[in-house]
Amino acid sequence: MAEVAAVQQVSSVRRRALRLIRPFTSPLLPDHYLELVNPLWSTRELRGRIERVERETPNAVTVLIKPGWEWEGHKPGQYLRLGIEVDGVHHWRAYSLTSDPERDDGCISITPKLVDGGKVSPFLFKRVKPGTIVRLGGVEGTFVLPEELPRQLLFISAGSGITPIMSMLRALARAGRPEDVVHVHCARTAEEVIFREELRGLHAGHAGYRLHERITGQQGRVTPQQLDGLCADWREREAFLCGPAGLLEAMSERWKQDGDVACLHIEHFQPDAHVGDGERGAGGTIHFCASEVQATSNGEQPILVAGETSGAELPYGCRMGICHSCVGRLRAGRVRDLRTGRVHGQPGELLRTCINAPEGAIEIEL
Amino acid sequence: MSSTQIETPPPPTRPTTDEIESPLARLSAAEIEELGREFDAIHDEVFADLGERDANYIHNTIRLHRHLVLAARALLLGSRRKPLLFAGTAALSIAKILENMEIGHNVMHGQWDWMNDPDINSQNWDWDTASPADAWRHSHNYEHHTFSNIRGKDRDLGYEIMRIDPHQKWHPIYLAQPFYNLLLMGFFEWGVALHDINFDAVRSGEKPMPKVKAELKAIGVKARRQVVKDYIAFPALSAAIFDRRSFRATLAANFTANIVRNVWAHSIIFCGHFPDQTYTFSEAEVAGETPGRWYVRQLLGAANIEGGALFHLLAGNLSFQVEHHLYPDMPSSRYTEIAPRVRDVCHRYRLPYNTGPLHRQLGNVHRTILRLAFPGGQPRPKPAPPS
Repeated sequence: MAEVAAVQQVSSVRRRALRLIRPFTSPLLPDHYLELVNPLWSTRELRGRIERVERETPNAVTVLIKPGWEWEGHKPGQYLRLGIEVDGVHHWRAYSLTSDPERDDGCISITPKLVDGGKVSPFLFKRVKPGTIVRLGGVEGTFVLPEELPRQLLFISAGSGITPIMSMLRALARAGRPEDVVHVHCARTAEEVIFREELRGLHAGHAGYRLHERITGQQGRVTPQQLDGLCADWREREAFLCGPAGLLEAMSERWKQDGDVACLHIEHFQPDAHVGDGERGAGGTIHFCASEVQATSNGEQPILVAGETSGAELPYGCRMGICHSCVGRLRAGRVRDLRTGRVHGQPGELLRTCINAPEGAIEIEL
Repeated sequence: MSSTQIETPPPPTRPTTDEIESPLARLSAAEIEELGREFDAIHDEVFADLGERDANYIHNTIRLHRHLVLAARALLLGSRRKPLLFAGTAALSIAKILENMEIGHNVMHGQWDWMNDPDINSQNWDWDTASPADAWRHSHNYEHHTFSNIRGKDRDLGYEIMRIDPHQKWHPIYLAQPFYNLLLMGFFEWGVALHDINFDAVRSGEKPMPKVKAELKAIGVKARRQVVKDYIAFPALSAAIFDRRSFRATLAANFTANIVRNVWAHSIIFCGHFPDQTYTFSEAEVAGETPGRWYVRQLLGAANIEGGALFHLLAGNLSFQVEHHLYPDMPSSRYTEIAPRVRDVCHRYRLPYNTGPLHRQLGNVHRTILRLAFPGGQPRPKPAPPS
């Protein structure tokens, strides 16, 4: 089964009404007909409509999405899985929510950065039209402000690492609560600072919010040693860090040595580096999530054969790629189509295990 | 299709003098291998090109079907009026045909899995017929498509109840096959549902009883839902809105639409493998089959039906049975585009490209069913290879 969106929270009255209609629509659902009128009326999965796309910087846009029915809300700092069709293929991506959870217009926003050679971000950047319907996966993530708001906060962000922190800042600003916030934000050039005007506006308007803009193209990267100069009392603050892996690693070292790691909160953007970085055609390891079997393919062995060799009980059929009996859902990693040599695969994709070999480490839901 | 073992053609097995020479024997191993590469190339080219146009096609087809259903069911609420009854029955028949052939069959083949769409994929699609999706996918996608036209392995050759090939041993029961074929025609969806059970495998003990029970239960659940919808819920709705007479009229309309769909599906599907032009194969002939030989078998075992765009749509593009058997996982909308190239490959390798108008293909099929009801019979003469 392909990756799916989050299930809608639907009132029990509506659910009962739909159940009553069900015998008339079987094997389809009443939803399939409601969607003809308005695709947002789906009650079995959360969807949204893209309202606007706003250019933030030369390589970042903010996409405003109006969720269907009622948006359950998110905690500032969390991210959302977004499903969108690009060139006929449905893709899922996770983006930090950049909106304040209680926007007046009920919209949520994400602010993707343009990834050269990517599939989804160039589409959101250049081609997506207002009115496009997207699927919304669950809101996830533990990179959030504590329930009881600490009095002193330190944010360190770099590049698009600002995105989860922006949601936090907006929520704090709405509540009038940036009491004592120090924010160090890095970007390569001044014009690449996402949300620059808004950040500067906050800085000017709230005595409790101090922004240090760091243009790394001119001033170089922030080092852990410079922390004391930027924010002398960093040890006393609840710190939230989001940015490239290098920065996160260097900073967490500092906290480990001189500070209290319990006060440090980190958001990793990149998926685990080991996934999908195998040499082309060299095979890789396969983790079968359902059976918990581990297998290895030399690059010639299809996933199916490698799994069977390691004792996994797997569905199979023609063993030549035509019958789709053996499909499993890819959770992570990339695979190589043994017929064409094409390397492909994205989370949630249905794979025929008989004609695909792992390309690096993969996880498959079988 | 990863291995490219080169096999010499197996020794010809000629138990009787009525054996037909297989075009497979005309080609050298090297030619067959090259042909395999050509067919692979067509597949890869199409798959590299799949995109928004294809996605729009299936989205629009699905939307069309749902609109048709809504229109048909609405018309049939007023089934006590003749014009509404006729229009509604026609619309519902077309909707069911579209859903069964172009949408259900093809989605469940995995033709649209490449879209990664959580709604439109082979693993969670279900169709408006008596056959539960899982069992059908196994008996059709795997058994029929992998072993197409191999006598004794492709259970779709005569569906275990008919003698459709003279190699099948005659039994007096076959005298009745022209009659029960008519029954099967009308109630095809139920035949397919039972066929998926594979009673031979049940008898031989090959299929474990718990599995059989689970499948029978699945058919029961599916059947109940189908019956409730077409023969209780909608008739009752008509009756509630208008009068008691509407119940019977709507029920009759729904019954008719199911019969129309069944007859249509039966006709198109029987024309896929049973016209005179098609070949069947012994297990010996396909032992150690290479990818190239697999393609040739699919090609020889299938037959197309000629027609216009609307006809192909209603046939679920199974009127391109040849292309469908070469590429069961290719979106059906692409068959019409690759057909000239497939025909060209056939021409260059002196292989037949089986096709004909509906009346001729269907005429062939029914003549065979009649003839083979009686003992004896010989394979029908095959068209000469194109010069």
